[in-house]
Amino acid sequence: MRALVFSLTFILAGTAHAAPPPPDPFGSGLWPDVHAEFLGREPVVFDDRVKVVAPAFAEDPMAVPVSVDASALGAVSRVVVLVDRNPIRKVLEFFPQAARPVLAFRFKLQQGSPVRAAARTADGVWHLGGTWVDGSGGGCTLPGGTRSDGSWVRTLGQVQGRMFDHGDASRLRVRIMHPMDTGLVSGIPAFYLDELQLRDDAGTAYMRILTFEPVSENPVFSFDLGTRPAGSLHLQGRDNNGNLVAARIDQQKP
Amino acid sequence: MRTFLFGLGAWLCGLAVQAADFDYALKPRALAAGVYVIEGAVADFEPANGCNIINTGFIVTEAGVVVINTGPSKRYGEQQRAAIRRITPLPILRVLNLNLHPDYFFGNQAYADLGAYALPGTQRGQKAEGAAYENNMYRLCGDWMRDTVATPATRAVEAGHLQLGGRKLTLLHLSGHTPDDLVLLDETSGVLFAGGLAFHARVPTTPHADLPVWLQSLDQLAALPFRIVVPSHGPVAASEAPITQTRSYLRWLDATLRDAATRGLDINEVLATPIPEPYRSFAVLPTEFMRNVTHLYPRYEQKALGDPLSRD
Repeated sequence: MRALVFSLTFILAGTAHAAPPPPDPFGSGLWPDVHAEFLGREPVVFDDRVKVVAPAFAEDPMAVPVSVDASALGAVSRVVVLVDRNPIRKVLEFFPQAARPVLAFRFKLQQGSPVRAAARTADGVWHLGGTWVDGSGGGCTLPGGTRSDGSWVRTLGQVQGRMFDHGDASRLRVRIMHPMDTGLVSGIPAFYLDELQLRDDAGTAYMRILTFEPVSENPVFSFDLGTRPAGSLHLQGRDNNGNLVAARIDQQKP
Repeated sequence: MRTFLFGLGAWLCGLAVQAADFDYALKPRALAAGVYVIEGAVADFEPANGCNIINTGFIVTEAGVVVINTGPSKRYGEQQRAAIRRITPLPILRVLNLNLHPDYFFGNQAYADLGAYALPGTQRGQKAEGAAYENNMYRLCGDWMRDTVATPATRAVEAGHLQLGGRKLTLLHLSGHTPDDLVLLDETSGVLFAGGLAFHARVPTTPHADLPVWLQSLDQLAALPFRIVVPSHGPVAASEAPITQTRSYLRWLDATLRDAATRGLDINEVLATPIPEPYRSFAVLPTEFMRNVTHLYPRYEQKALGDPLSRD
């Protein structure tokens, strides 16, 4: 018992000694919680080099476009996208590997909120960028179109995709058919893609991405690959029920 | 043009609504003998304008009145009916909603004793979207909306000619702005109530738009024998400017979105597109362009991404 009390005291003291995070430019009262829960109380700087672009108002709260570009930081091992005021705050985790730390996609917004991207550099520091998106809300608690009309069963896991020239490199855009149910709509359990990976014919790993419930229905992702891949790209993924995604995206014929 | 805009600005300030008593200060303006417009602000839905951004109208025939659109709220419908009564003691014969959007029919409550007319597709759309519109309008304009309950049109109207009290009215069933766009031409005066198909000095709204179909409808409108065009949003014109402006903007929007999708742009990159000169002075920029892209770009993007890939 004494040992337990001792350990407990040690843990509490350890917690108390963790430096508080720097004050949030958005003044969100939720920021200390977000920092503790998703960034492990690790060192954080608010950094303009992490660009997060989204419209000021969510015209469609079920598909709010967000673009993240952390390439000004140099090498980035991981990017986490967080929405403070969503009932499910973590939208995705992105491991850029050979791809640039740049991605764009759409997410569900429950109410006006800071939308943040935290990019982790090799020194273990999280660099945070963000923008405020206002909205009429409700994006996380409404069924998607293909859930409402039942058509999702006919398209589950289908992939559309194409490589585009992007400067001297390639951009991949893919759309993956999936209802991406949040589990917050009555009677519809959480059902969402939870992992995607991308490699080329030579086996180069471009990126791995962990996706969560707030990613929009039938998500569209843009990835900047940084280089031209060797041959075709192979996208592999999985949802939380074990359904697999597997698609090959060929180079565009000139 | 600058003088015109200045004049318009001063006029709109004069129209400034008085929030304390929720008086829209509706002032019918005669466009021709017996044909009136009640002009809304050339702006977005805002508490400052009580969400009154639509041009409604009415035609006084020898037998009674045809009302065209009923505005954004119960208060608007009541004040519109009172304004008509100040001009004529004749009864109201028909209330028309030109499409399913909220400011075309949220004043229907003030005419519940008569029942409004709309195209059958519009009636269905009003029923389907009514609750969502209520949420949005109350959120945007607060107490201006007091006691407003979405009241869809109860009577179906068809395209064709309508002889009423010595006037010949032509109703056209077009589409593109919404699936069912009603247009009314008063053959006697040449006043065309173009509904949502023609905007003027304001970015078109597109939540239910189909651009190629809309462009075809504009060609049909342009061929009509009109003298004055009343767009639902933007200044009334004694020319075809609302039609040509809307056509020009929609063509530019269509080409811009197609080009962006072909180049692999993501939505936020499309939103950063500079708006070219002829449209830069339009009202409700950049908000309405943001909505246009949000509504329409996914279709262009899906087309550019091609057919589903076979499994790897």
